[in-house]
Amino acid sequence: MKKINWTVVLTGALVGVAALVLTFLGNPKNMGFCIACFERDIAGTLGLHSAAKVQYFRPEILGLVLGSFIMALIKGEFRAKGGSSPATRFLLGAMVMIGALAFLGCPLRMVLRLGAGDLNALVGLLGFAVGIFVGSQFVKRGFTLKRTYTLGKAEGAALPAFLLIAGLGFILFPTLYKISTEGPGSMHAPFFIALAIALVVGALAQRSRLCMVGGIRDAILFKDFKLLYGFVAVLVVTLIGTLAMGNFKLGFANQPVAHSSHIWNFMGMVLAGWGSVLLGGCPLRQLILAGEGNGDSAVTVFGMIAGAAISHNFGLAGNPDSVVDGVTKVGGISLTGKIVVIGCLVLVLVISLLNMPKAEKKQA
Amino acid sequence: MVDARGYACPIPVVMVQRAVKADNPKSLTVLVDEQVCVENVTRFATASGYKVSVQKDGEDFRLELTK
Repeated sequence: MKKINWTVVLTGALVGVAALVLTFLGNPKNMGFCIACFERDIAGTLGLHSAAKVQYFRPEILGLVLGSFIMALIKGEFRAKGGSSPATRFLLGAMVMIGALAFLGCPLRMVLRLGAGDLNALVGLLGFAVGIFVGSQFVKRGFTLKRTYTLGKAEGAALPAFLLIAGLGFILFPTLYKISTEGPGSMHAPFFIALAIALVVGALAQRSRLCMVGGIRDAILFKDFKLLYGFVAVLVVTLIGTLAMGNFKLGFANQPVAHSSHIWNFMGMVLAGWGSVLLGGCPLRQLILAGEGNGDSAVTVFGMIAGAAISHNFGLAGNPDSVVDGVTKVGGISLTGKIVVIGCLVLVLVISLLNMPKAEKKQA
Repeated sequence: MVDARGYACPIPVVMVQRAVKADNPKSLTVLVDEQVCVENVTRFATASGYKVSVQKDGEDFRLELTK
């Protein structure tokens, strides 16, 4: 099992390079890719929340899903299926999003932030690893969201079609959409270049099964390090790239689109890590699986978009650190945000317990 | 026999792991329905000292694990 899987390493490295290029071309700092942030921006552009700074149709999401969709078709791996606790998955997707937005980034952006010297991401990573460890204990003892079933082809095409139509609408009728004029939502690489880059990344991610959760999870469950190499590759390439481009900045305070409220960076990522293990993959992996025809992952993505809307409509998301009159003002999340993150952790625990095998519960 | 059809990875690997842990069988048949699970189960089984042969059975895959 120690043999290195070079497809995963290559994909991880390419994700790192693609993220650097996208940032160079206009995406917000340390946000070449951020599945949580980009789905939040899509929720915003569709008018599902009204946080004016985070509204844009991110072509990266469309590209990742379509890249996976096309690659799966070519390789004969496209299979429409679903039916594995869809409502639970919707809720878990929403809660993973609430956790990720409390931290200000999905697991992938966490790695990108870490590679750029943002030590808050190290705190996030600790929380993420704890969340994965806890989730893995349930999986190890038999937790499942039950089996999937083969379904009609249309089910498998639901998310790709939705994103394609929404994306076409965005290009043809932009005035119907909400588009940020300031803040992260206003910063983006050119639409079609971002789309093209994401198509390639999506296709490679489909081949390699790259997953930010899977690396740590498989290391814990099976001492299998295959996916972890991809995680490390993203980190190393980002580190080298940001150093070379002069964007590396080591420290906690005033990092781009980040806050240094440690406990909530930690707790947000515990929630994201635990929820993602129960779902079987990180937010990036959910997009790739949805592209392969997995309706359960598609419903998870819809749940994440709903979670982003809830997060911003109720003011649960993290506020970045800011500098007011030369003094750093530490950001973080609101009291409501803290209560909801704790509440979500309780709910994830309940979901974990309710989906254990019956006999197992008696033994435990 | 472990029927892991319909389960997404890593669950099939966990199911095999639990079956192996429970009574360390000399041979074990595993059914999965995804190429990625074939790869993952094979990787785990090989590391646990099993020889693995894979047979495609329609949409499904039948893995024979032997020690």
